[in-house]
Amino acid sequence: MMNKIAKTTYLTTAALLLLPSLASAQDLNGANTGWVLTSTALVLFMTLPGLSLFYGGLVRTKNVLSVLMQCFAIAVTVSILWLIVGYSIAFGPSESAYWGGLSKVMFNGVGIDSLYGDIPETTFAAFQMTFAIITPALVVGAFVERIKFSSMLIFSLLWTLVVYFPIANWVWGGGWLGQMGLIDFAGGTVVHITAGVAALVTALVIGQRKDFLSSVTLPHNLTMSFTGAAMLWVGWFGFNAGSALAADGAAGMALFATHISAATGALSWIVIEWKKYGKPSGLGAITGMVAGLATITPASGSVGPAGALIVGLVGGVICYFATIYLKQIIKIDDSLDVFPVHGVGGIVGTFLAGILVSGNLGIFSGNGLAPDMTIGSQLMVQITGILATGIYTAIATFIILKIVGALTSGIRVTDEQEQQGLDITDHDEKGYSM
Amino acid sequence: MTLTEVKGFDRQKRHTELYRGAEYVIDFLPKSKLEVAVADKLCDHVIEAICKAAGTGQIGDGKIFVTDLEQSIRIRTGKSGNDAL
Repeated sequence: MMNKIAKTTYLTTAALLLLPSLASAQDLNGANTGWVLTSTALVLFMTLPGLSLFYGGLVRTKNVLSVLMQCFAIAVTVSILWLIVGYSIAFGPSESAYWGGLSKVMFNGVGIDSLYGDIPETTFAAFQMTFAIITPALVVGAFVERIKFSSMLIFSLLWTLVVYFPIANWVWGGGWLGQMGLIDFAGGTVVHITAGVAALVTALVIGQRKDFLSSVTLPHNLTMSFTGAAMLWVGWFGFNAGSALAADGAAGMALFATHISAATGALSWIVIEWKKYGKPSGLGAITGMVAGLATITPASGSVGPAGALIVGLVGGVICYFATIYLKQIIKIDDSLDVFPVHGVGGIVGTFLAGILVSGNLGIFSGNGLAPDMTIGSQLMVQITGILATGIYTAIATFIILKIVGALTSGIRVTDEQEQQGLDITDHDEKGYSM
Repeated sequence: MTLTEVKGFDRQKRHTELYRGAEYVIDFLPKSKLEVAVADKLCDHVIEAICKAAGTGQIGDGKIFVTDLEQSIRIRTGKSGNDAL
């Protein structure tokens, strides 16, 4: 999430990020503001309804409403948490390299005239809020069809507070990973690795669904999933190109790179399934698309169009085999494959960004490394970012799950409730009256 | 005549469905269940009509079961027996 100044001189950027007040000296830019406002709407649209429909269609009829409700409730509560303390922790002016402090609690001092770079601070904060919403919503895919609603809600809030907000600070808020020069344009580490690793840990803690790997768990409405996936693709333009925080060439290139990677990721799954089973599945195609999008996310600000093709291809193929390995071979019920698609995609993309950023790769060149970096040194930074965010997320997620388990007498519904479906047992209603 | 969409299987081969790079075996296939209540004299005609419409000579064409109806009443008129059919 670097602004356009960041791309010209990294040293200046570090200083600006550390002292946001300096950036306020600029004048407001209407075009940039307009694009970030639009992107804010696009990214919220990714969760509501994009991701909700994508996930909702993948579960069984008896659980569809519970999934929609989980995503919606996360949007509602994380928004308020963002106002209260999230923005301050992630983007506050603290000089600590690990969090932003509490000086912007309740948006203290953020007024109509406050600027972040050359856009209104409220606009920047709202844009960032939509990222804070979708990240815990992504984790929902790991525990669908068997988690208590109360446990889900407390877990999501604690997790966003303890994992998402600080890591957003580390990478984008002037924290230590950003200072090291980590390339994560739109959330390979902050969003996808955190969500993916949290999903993996949660799936292990909550355990398999009773009917895991049986045909009865197959998606109940792929039309819904297709609709949601298509919304994700479009919304991702705001997610990645919006992260330029400007209506400029960087945004244009990020949007195009994002699009190419989505297409390549989808094509890779179509080809593999077609070759392996004789038929390409629709769900495979849209899953490959999400893999391509997750993989390009960290790299979208630094690669060129041909580099994006590589990112989509490598991300698509690796995520495909990760999905099969995790579910079919080692039999972890990360129900909607959050880790193999988002976590692995985030890791692959964050790694590849360190290579494809280079300006010396011919047609596959990116925007060029920072002056004091080589591909080797950049890759070390990328690996540090991947490990730091992954390990911190894993440990914190595990502890939070144990706390939530103690608070809600276990995070899992009873076998009988699971059999009956969460729509009735958690919400006293049904998704469909037919 | 009542037509119901149901799921079932008999000797027909099961099929597989793809889910993210893995095949799942589907035991229960979508079927149609047709219920027809007629007077005795029409019974053979109905069987013939169903066999003609549904028959392909392949496994999965389905089965016909014939059973006696103890009683039949048309609610609107209150009439019973063949008058109700």
